[in-house]
Amino acid sequence: MRLDPEFLSRIQFAWVVGWHILLPAFTVGLASLIAFLEGAHVLTKRPVFLHLSQFWLRIFAISFGMGVVTGIVMPFQFGTNWSRFSDVAGNIISPLLAYEGLTAFFLEATFLGVLLFGRKLVPPPMHFVAAVLVAVGTLSSSFWILATNSWMQTPAGYEVIDGRFFPKDWFEIIFSPSFPYRLAHTVSAFYVTTAFVVLGVGAYTVRRGQQLAEGRMMLRLALWFLAIFVPAQIAIGDLHGLNTFEHQPAKLAAIEGLWDGGRGVPASLIGWPDAAAERNLGELEIPHLASLYLTHSWDGEVKGLKDFPPDQRAPVAVVYFAFRIMVGIAVLMLGVVATGLVLMARGQLDHTRWYLRLCQIATCFGFIAVIAGWTTTEVGRQPWTVYGLMRTVESVSPSLTGSDVVISLLLYVVVYLLIYPVGLSVMLRLVRRGPIPSEEIAPIVSGRPKSPIEALAPATPETAT
Amino acid sequence: MMPTLDLVPIWTTILAVAVFLYVALDGFDLGVGMVYSFAPDRAARDAIMNSIAPIWDGNETWLILGSVGLLAAFPVAFAIIIPAVYFPILLMLLALIFRGLAFEFRYRDAPHRTFWDYGFAAGSAVAAFAQGLVLGSFIQGFHVEGRQFAGSSFDCFTPFAIVTGVALMFGYSLLGTGWLVIKTEGSLQEWARAFGRRCLIGTALAIAVVSLWTPFADAHIAARWFSWPNVALLAPVPLITAGLIWYEWRSLNDGSEYTPFIAALGLFGMSYLGIAISLWPMIVPGHFSLEEAASSPSTQAFLLIGTLVLLPVILLYTGWSYWVFRGKVRSDIGYH
Repeated sequence: MRLDPEFLSRIQFAWVVGWHILLPAFTVGLASLIAFLEGAHVLTKRPVFLHLSQFWLRIFAISFGMGVVTGIVMPFQFGTNWSRFSDVAGNIISPLLAYEGLTAFFLEATFLGVLLFGRKLVPPPMHFVAAVLVAVGTLSSSFWILATNSWMQTPAGYEVIDGRFFPKDWFEIIFSPSFPYRLAHTVSAFYVTTAFVVLGVGAYTVRRGQQLAEGRMMLRLALWFLAIFVPAQIAIGDLHGLNTFEHQPAKLAAIEGLWDGGRGVPASLIGWPDAAAERNLGELEIPHLASLYLTHSWDGEVKGLKDFPPDQRAPVAVVYFAFRIMVGIAVLMLGVVATGLVLMARGQLDHTRWYLRLCQIATCFGFIAVIAGWTTTEVGRQPWTVYGLMRTVESVSPSLTGSDVVISLLLYVVVYLLIYPVGLSVMLRLVRRGPIPSEEIAPIVSGRPKSPIEALAPATPETAT
Repeated sequence: MMPTLDLVPIWTTILAVAVFLYVALDGFDLGVGMVYSFAPDRAARDAIMNSIAPIWDGNETWLILGSVGLLAAFPVAFAIIIPAVYFPILLMLLALIFRGLAFEFRYRDAPHRTFWDYGFAAGSAVAAFAQGLVLGSFIQGFHVEGRQFAGSSFDCFTPFAIVTGVALMFGYSLLGTGWLVIKTEGSLQEWARAFGRRCLIGTALAIAVVSLWTPFADAHIAARWFSWPNVALLAPVPLITAGLIWYEWRSLNDGSEYTPFIAALGLFGMSYLGIAISLWPMIVPGHFSLEEAASSPSTQAFLLIGTLVLLPVILLYTGWSYWVFRGKVRSDIGYH
């Protein structure tokens, strides 16, 4: 079998970005949560907020560190494996990536240092400001990286000269047609992911019966937040889907598993897309439904996969199932949140042990949905890197051989399979120890750095009581 | 082609500053990572790690700005150079992963503490060596056809590049010991001075070898340095470098706290200048000049506006965080 550098480079990119995205999916929301907790503590002086902030900051330090080192890998992938894309699209995407660095990474890195090590070195309001700036940094990073991705999905504001993209209108480039929907859908997904982790950890803390005040606060904060954001996320997702229908019809046809376009098309609930036979096997479908929700008309026209030549179709089965996993998780999320609200109304939230266990299982829901959603949108836009304009096969570095990429891919696999379990086990250990006040953990004599995590400890006695 | 204002010189300056800041800042903390493994005991290792814990992340961010800045200002250079150094970049990225995570895991993953100690030291060493490989193969130039790198991914492992790799390990270690002299005191500082002297000998030898090898390997570079009147005009470069080496040696011995670090930075500055003189005005040696490789004027202008506002702000708050974490670090009770 011949090793294909393009296919292997795609696998490698999927591998490194797939692992990486789990961390922003968690830290974007966590940074905002910590800023909220710090602010709540400055205002109310209630120790529960301080303990929770210190607790989540310990976990944030680990996950953010992992996010940084796996994130540095990403821009280099553009050069090592996708150098043709870098040359052809560099004029357009590079300032967006550079603005991410300028507006986000330095802000996050610098003020995280202050947040982690500086509780005693700077006045409390400045510590709160540092928390806010880290949160702003994570959101700014999301803004620019999704602007880049959105331009690749729905390019606008460019012209092509000698086979390369040149900028014509920067506003159109940044705010490309899919950008507002993608940004809202992704950031909201990150917030929901974090909230489900907080819900699960809160449930675990309450079920264990230690640090009850902190556990109950986490459960309630997460539930109220999710009660708003899960339905909102489903609504935003629907709008994002309509945007895809308008701008990336071939991707939408793959999502729907719709081979034959036309008027009054059905919605496929489940089946097995067979790309060779150009039909779905064992399909369960509801007549007219897809036309109805895509065009808001009983007989609206929708394009099918057969309206596009086979070399312009995405791998249908991957997109089809990834989308259904995402939607399935969303339904489960709604169920968990609705049940929690009912239990809370009846005053049984803290005592319903099966529900607390369910919340613990739901900790991973957000991550699964994020990976499934990311797969839907990224595999769905194949075979293009710049949708409709530049093919993935034209984007790969021409100097690479298959064995070059096998070596690098294997090394990335080995290293990531080492660091992620270690990172996870370290974070689980912190969760098991619970949201205890930092000063009970490490006997720090003074506030200057002792160790990255132990130094989270230095809450002054005044603020801790 | 030429619009009202040519931004290429401005972008060349910004990129040169960004890369130098990366080399200076992450250079010293990679160096600290390398000398870490030679530290006398665990208390010393704790102090050494604490001396960079709050700032390493910000330092490493300059690497992203440097690489993305290259893509933004000179996209074709990025598209040729980065695939040409495929494996050194891979090594560097994996090494930086180990090294970065060691900060977090070393304290939390107690059963594997020694593993992460090694990960920190080895990660720093491999990252430094890999960056030296990139530098060496960049100076030697690449096999280019059209706008693409046309060689093999293994071309970069040349004897010259391996020498520059080792050279950078010595240089970063010298910077790292200079940093430790600033941040530590007592016996640990004495140890850092002694270790710094060894690193200085290695650095001086490496500078000499690379400086002589480069013109001998490339006739253009030899002509640039040795033709009249260049040889007279450029004579201050090696002379100042030699003076700095002597000054570094003296300050490592005479008890000055800041000058070992500053003199080491000076050595890096002179070496950087030397490479720039050798290669000017090429960004892909032998193929693309800075002007030829430049991105579209609109790209450069759009990014310049934000950079001129944001870069000073970044330097300001980076400086502020260094000020917050100023002072000596001690292993037993943290800072005092």
